[in-house]
Amino acid sequence: MLELKNVSLAVGAENWIDDVSLALSKGTLNVLLGPTLSGKTSLMRLMAGLDRPSSGSVWFDGQDVTGVPVQQRNVAMVYQQFINYPAMTVYENIASPLRVRGADKKHIDAEVRRAAELLKLTPYLDRTPLQLSGGQQQRTALARAIVKNASLVLLDEPLANLDYKLREELREELPKVFAETGAIFVYATTEPHEALLLGGSTATLNEGRVTQFGPTIEVFRKPNDLVTARTFADPPLNTIVLPKKGAKFSLDGGADLPVPVELADIADAAYTIGFQPHHLSLRPPVPGAKALRARVQVTEITGSESFVHVEFGGSRWVMLSHGIVSLEPDETVDVYIDPRHLLVFDMDGNAVRVPDRKAA
Amino acid sequence: MRLRWLVPTVYIIFLMLPIYWLINMSFKTTNEILGGFSLYPRNFTTASYVEILTNPVWYNGYLSSISYVVINTVISVTVALPAAYAFSRYRFLGDKHLFFWLLTNRMAPPAVFALPFYQLYSAINLFDTPWAVALAHCLFNIPLAVWILEGFMSGVPKEIDETAYIDGYSWPRFFVKIFMPLIASGIGVTAFFCFMFSWVEMLLAKSLTAVAAKPIAAVMTRTASTSGYELGLLAAAGVLTIIPGALVIYFVRNYIAKGFALGRV
Repeated sequence: MLELKNVSLAVGAENWIDDVSLALSKGTLNVLLGPTLSGKTSLMRLMAGLDRPSSGSVWFDGQDVTGVPVQQRNVAMVYQQFINYPAMTVYENIASPLRVRGADKKHIDAEVRRAAELLKLTPYLDRTPLQLSGGQQQRTALARAIVKNASLVLLDEPLANLDYKLREELREELPKVFAETGAIFVYATTEPHEALLLGGSTATLNEGRVTQFGPTIEVFRKPNDLVTARTFADPPLNTIVLPKKGAKFSLDGGADLPVPVELADIADAAYTIGFQPHHLSLRPPVPGAKALRARVQVTEITGSESFVHVEFGGSRWVMLSHGIVSLEPDETVDVYIDPRHLLVFDMDGNAVRVPDRKAA
Repeated sequence: MRLRWLVPTVYIIFLMLPIYWLINMSFKTTNEILGGFSLYPRNFTTASYVEILTNPVWYNGYLSSISYVVINTVISVTVALPAAYAFSRYRFLGDKHLFFWLLTNRMAPPAVFALPFYQLYSAINLFDTPWAVALAHCLFNIPLAVWILEGFMSGVPKEIDETAYIDGYSWPRFFVKIFMPLIASGIGVTAFFCFMFSWVEMLLAKSLTAVAAKPIAAVMTRTASTSGYELGLLAAAGVLTIIPGALVIYFVRNYIAKGFALGRV
């Protein structure tokens, strides 16, 4: 079990990591999700022991390892850039952690060949990393992490620089490969859908703070606050600020919107309402849903689905529709928000109401 | 356009002429050199070379030059490697100023340091040894070596260091086994420049030696002044002085371009 207790990392006047506490248990898959510069890499470096926290402590299996140098911790790390030893062959690259440890030749050979087989590197063992494609280089780095049999495996956006197909393939393989070893597996990514595909637990990061940590689906469906909801949404979360008065949300221009029954009991105040792109539609999702007149800005068509960017009363929303939706810019359309899936936040950004799975 | 070859050819002839003339002279007798103008040796003789390679006064000049140059190159590169690593990998108080200050050491003419070195080395019995010259030359070769090596080291991603630490390498083991092979060309270029600057530097080499460790450049000037104008002999000595530099250049020619590309040479 890896525990971070009130860990902070200050660089100059800035706090790169701000009072983070996390407990990751053995044999689990943990995703660090956050935009670039949110502190994912810094947090991983603290977990690995490459950096020392300015305050707080790091514990491993009940022992304080805060000041223990990285060489004496059993960790493996794979970077976003393809980092290998260019002067060594792929074989020697993979064997390197075992060689340092002084393992015997037979054991090393068996381990290297097993890892190479797993990551389809067997034909390239005699080449040097620079003679490989990007995907093969990254797999070499992953193989090195596998043979080490570390108790903490840190993957820092390992698939970000790979082509699409390989990424799909490795994303499926990786958790399985490491699951066997019973290690604590930490995976950093900027992409919400990657977190959802990996499953496990997710910690959302924003400006050096962990905003929420829990089972991935749980964090996605029930964010604690607006920042987490925004971090865990791609395309961006649609939001609108609406003051509630009795049974109505008032809109700019005197119009109003009936408050859905699910939200009838919240107090009268201004709220930030959030909803996912697939909960905005061109057809009423429930009978009697109120139509909102929105102006189309641009339509992105991927083939199986279309993203329609619309503007409503100063708010810019993205609508996800199945199939191809042809709408011209500046066209006016009626759009509907699904009232069953609203995320309601108070003006401080704390969640007031998130959709209940059973009700949905 | 058909005369395109003309300019480079003329230029190269212009460059090669003094070297050719030196070689030409080295195979002539002194009488022929003084006697008149000839494009090639009429009475071809290797007597000058035989004299240099058999007379201890002459060949000891080469040996002492080579010994202090080699000592200096080894010291400079060995000391500069960890220093350059520190400059390239760590931020510490005044690092940038210190780095620049290193370079300014090269701005002072060596003559400035001749007197203090002379006095200092005499006091500790280093005077007239290859070590005296080798250490004196460190004054400008170490900063140069740090400067060049830092450029090469900064081209290696820091993540490689960290990956090695994560793999379990200690710093010395990482440095020798992983890092040095990565900057091998940089070490080659650095060694070359240390070698060159030490090899051509004459003033300190001359002032810090007397008899035992006299460098070849000093032997040449002294011979010229005592036994008249032994021009053939001097030319032969000049040719032999060029050879080591030419050899070293040949071996690192491919790496020097890389050094220039990094803007540090």
